[in-house]
Amino acid sequence: MVLGINDPWIWGAYIGCILVTLLCVVYGILNWNKGGEDEKGQIKEEVKWHEKEKEMQEKELGLWDEEDA
Amino acid sequence: MNEFLILSIVVLIYIVITGYVGYLAWKRTKTADDYMVAGRETHPFIMALSYGATFISTAAIVGFGGISGVYGMGLLWLTFLNILVGIFIAFVFFGKRTRKMGHNLGALTFPEFLSKRFDSKFIQYFSGLIIFFGMTLYASVVLIGMARFVETTLNLDYTMALIGLAVIVALYVIFGGIRGVMYTDALQGSIMFVVMFILLVATYWIMGGVTDANQALTNLVNIVPAQATATATATGFTGWTSMPALGSPFWWTLVSTLILGVGIGVLSQPQLVVRFMTVKSNKELNRAVLIGGIFICLMTGTAFVVGALSNVYFFDKLGQLAIQVVDGNADKIIPAFISASMPLWFAYLFMIALLSAAMSTLSAQVHVQGTALGRDVYETLTKIKGDSSVFIARIGIALAMILAVIMGLILPTNIIAVGTSLWFSITAGAFLSMYVFALFWKGCTKAGAISGLVVGTLVSLFWLVFEYKKSAEALSIAKALTGQAVLTTAVPWPTVDPIVIALPVAFVVTVVVSLLTKAPSKEHLEKCFQGVN
Repeated sequence: MVLGINDPWIWGAYIGCILVTLLCVVYGILNWNKGGEDEKGQIKEEVKWHEKEKEMQEKELGLWDEEDA
Repeated sequence: MNEFLILSIVVLIYIVITGYVGYLAWKRTKTADDYMVAGRETHPFIMALSYGATFISTAAIVGFGGISGVYGMGLLWLTFLNILVGIFIAFVFFGKRTRKMGHNLGALTFPEFLSKRFDSKFIQYFSGLIIFFGMTLYASVVLIGMARFVETTLNLDYTMALIGLAVIVALYVIFGGIRGVMYTDALQGSIMFVVMFILLVATYWIMGGVTDANQALTNLVNIVPAQATATATATGFTGWTSMPALGSPFWWTLVSTLILGVGIGVLSQPQLVVRFMTVKSNKELNRAVLIGGIFICLMTGTAFVVGALSNVYFFDKLGQLAIQVVDGNADKIIPAFISASMPLWFAYLFMIALLSAAMSTLSAQVHVQGTALGRDVYETLTKIKGDSSVFIARIGIALAMILAVIMGLILPTNIIAVGTSLWFSITAGAFLSMYVFALFWKGCTKAGAISGLVVGTLVSLFWLVFEYKKSAEALSIAKALTGQAVLTTAVPWPTVDPIVIALPVAFVVTVVVSLLTKAPSKEHLEKCFQGVN
């Protein structure tokens, strides 16, 4: 009997919910500052992305103008 | 009357705040990027709460909470999967790759992401159409639930409630785009979080603590007269703190529909996947895992625990089980428990939380429908691109909302559960295999993806229409064509969720066709997987 529950399938689910939430919390804390844009490569990539996106947007708008005309 | 006035004022304040948040979002929305993926710079707190609040609708709290009132804590396996699959695996393994790949490909919607990954326009408009039409039913059942709830609590006319709520949500989604959706989601998610936390603590408090309350529930099955649980026992019930009998109809429903359907089907929900594309880097996703995990645990965990424990409270006070107190309507168990056991101010707060849960789900639904119609169907078929995509998305959202209102006026109330399971089954059958392979298998080809998409959609539709009892009976198409409600009544098939059939078929078809067809070009794969580890 765990937490007033006999069936291991049920208290397993009960404890499992708590453990898997803890997994999320621990993962979040350990990786709180990881994968951010402060990493060099990421900053470079962001700049590239922005340029590309700008280019794409201009192209799309241009296309629209052409067809409109 | 006084109480009613206070409640009306509370609801009014809530709507004004929601409107203000929607207005802020509108001020910050300028481009198509802003409108569809919030400029890809959403704060992790807003992202996580928005994901969670969209994930959890009123049905998850009141509907499934009521089911746990009847069948007990076995439903906690759904909470377990919601957190493990719906948050941890979704964010860490799917979310990061989706964000990166989505950005590499310049995708703004889920169908666009799949289409660009497999270089197929067909995928985009076919998926767009599935989402637009499939979601119409799902959105209308959420709207119906919300309007029925307002009708009973505020004594408003059902039609007025339906139209009023639709207009409020439509306004902030049409003008604010995804920012409007996510900002209001974060507000609504916060309200839901606080309310469910209070509910969990208060319930255990009034029942003498965690172990005592659970113990009382364990003992209850031996105290109540057998006839009180006869209906439930016939379908596999064995007690509120024990699993249903293996292989019984309820066991199949629990395992296939609730756990597999809703627990795993969540991975390919377009309105949730698109949120991965709204953040700037993996850092936001890492942080969102923490917030999302706690949020989902508290939402569904509380609903299922409280739903089951309400039996102890009602049996102690009234000598009746929860389902007897509400005359057999499981949807009323949670509201009945709250009005019986909690102070009035909390009952009002709970109503606001339910309104929040419904509005946050509905807003995401119509947004994804609008962008599916505008970006994925209209733009792909007409090849017109640019600013018009936002304009068409806005028209799409308005159209989706009008359709939801019309269906809300036509459909019966008992369609809610069917509408939800239809949507989860179709999206899982159609998208899940293609989405998994898009992220993890470079060998998956365009032909493989298309075959999986089409076969998965057709198989799940077939199963829903002809074999899955809940939907086949409601739709009555099988009956009209074959004279029988379902094709075979042999156990367990009528209770087996379409996902159990359609998903493996779609996976196998995708793999086989991919192995037989020409692999995608190296350049294309490099572009897709650039920076994806």
